[in-house]
Amino acid sequence: MNFIEARKLVHEYFRRDEEGNVEGITTALDGVDLDIEPGEFVAVLGHNGSGKSTLAKHLNVLLRASGGTLWVGGKDTLDENYLWDIRQETGMVFQNPDNQIIASVVEEDVAFGPENIGVPTDEIWKRVERSLSSVGMLKYREHSPNKLSGGQKQRVAIAGVMAMEPKCIVLDEPTAMLDPSGRKEVLEAVEALNREKGVTAIWITHYMEEAIHADKIYVMDHGRAVMKGTPREIFSQVEKLESYRLEVPQMALLAYRLKKAGLDIPAGILTKQELEEALCRLYGEIGEKHVDDIR
Amino acid sequence: MIRDITIGQYYPSNSIVHKLDPRVKLMGVLLYVLSLFLFRGPAGFAAVTLGLAAMVRLSKIPFRYMVRGLKAIAVILAVTGAFNLLLTPGEPLVSFWKLKITEEGLKSAGFMMVRLSYLVLGSSVLTLTTTPNQLTDGMEKSLRPLNKIGVPVHEVSMIMSIALRFIPILIEETDKIMKAQLARGADFESGNLVKRAKAMVPLLVPLFISAFRRANDLAMAMEARCYNGGDGRTKMKPLKYKGRDGVAYFIIFGYFAGIIMLRVRL
Repeated sequence: MNFIEARKLVHEYFRRDEEGNVEGITTALDGVDLDIEPGEFVAVLGHNGSGKSTLAKHLNVLLRASGGTLWVGGKDTLDENYLWDIRQETGMVFQNPDNQIIASVVEEDVAFGPENIGVPTDEIWKRVERSLSSVGMLKYREHSPNKLSGGQKQRVAIAGVMAMEPKCIVLDEPTAMLDPSGRKEVLEAVEALNREKGVTAIWITHYMEEAIHADKIYVMDHGRAVMKGTPREIFSQVEKLESYRLEVPQMALLAYRLKKAGLDIPAGILTKQELEEALCRLYGEIGEKHVDDIR
Repeated sequence: MIRDITIGQYYPSNSIVHKLDPRVKLMGVLLYVLSLFLFRGPAGFAAVTLGLAAMVRLSKIPFRYMVRGLKAIAVILAVTGAFNLLLTPGEPLVSFWKLKITEEGLKSAGFMMVRLSYLVLGSSVLTLTTTPNQLTDGMEKSLRPLNKIGVPVHEVSMIMSIALRFIPILIEETDKIMKAQLARGADFESGNLVKRAKAMVPLLVPLFISAFRRANDLAMAMEARCYNGGDGRTKMKPLKYKGRDGVAYFIIFGYFAGIIMLRVRL
């Protein structure tokens, strides 16, 4: 049973003139099919305006479909009665860490979600403690969010979602405003939650490197899910990705160019280590010695 | 320069006043302020002074911290004092040019200045010992009865606490926009008042746009976290009266009753 299942999902934004008449229609999602199983780490890649953020908002019912269907946790998102259930089960983390932290103390912000769904006070304290420690922010519980770094703020936002005990967490470009160390910090926190707590994670990004460890990748372009597969399958199709204006991770690109230049290495290399091993196998002992020298 | 602004000058400590329920403190300050305008004569003055001294002492806030609040109203104090001193009719003590200082003037100037400075000192005990969050919580709960006549108490206190959270962010943003415009040759510092006010316009426009964008994002984030108004909400830190709050209420009402009695008798 899929946790998230979309069939021919369509979303249209209406542009209106001053009198409220429809001037034009922008189709942000154009027949998207999505199958996400419980516990998966799914990356959604796409260029600006590819519809990936619109897709994210559908998963949390911040937007509703103009056409097609979307089930989240077996519930139809068009059914008004399930709205709050879906929002509790599928948490959402946004791009700008400053604009999603509500309280002026870290622990009170984490408590905001559980407070809204009416969790009793004692249980709130337990949940706050649990979710802050699951992202490694417990020692900052009494700090003001304004004094934290971007990566830390984003981890607090994730803790805020985790405190509602969701089955799935959707992250809409959570690293777009962070520096490289903050990006790593946030990605590692989410990977740990996915691995240890079995939370389904949907990671939306335009940084290809962040998708390397995903279980599954969707590539979006002009509101369509144009590619679907494992990182290996996706990143070996360098030319196709480039046609969607996406950059391939450095090592995958290097491996692809080497292969194209006539080297006999396997397709779908993603990391430095894999490339190193492939080259060593190719050149045997001499190669290995050479790699050591370079190090 | 703009970063120096501080709002809600909370002074952390673990004194008994800090630990009191914010509702008690709100009521206390309300009654204290009323008492300042009710007291009469030296006995009343002594009682009010004693009340203030006890509050400050119990709150363990260093006195220089309190006096800092007075600096802000120094000008107002001086003007009020001068007007009362010079313009009260009565027996002249000293007179020069067209002005005269009367005995009544001296008295009323003295009382007025004491009243004002006690007012500021007393209410700063509240803001120094209560975090902005506790304050809004306290107000939400004390004003809850107003909900029945259609005042959106929960919403207002939510707005207040969000505003408090965003003040530092917007200040930082103002600073950033200011620097960006200074770098491109904007001039915020020279010229007369009108000119300087005009120079602020290009600062306010981007600030407002960004504030609206933030508000939009925040509303979406709150909705995504199941925010659905005040109904059915629980609290992580609910306000609960403890024994000491009862004692404090008792003392506060006792103090107020005492002031009234002094006034009636005199």
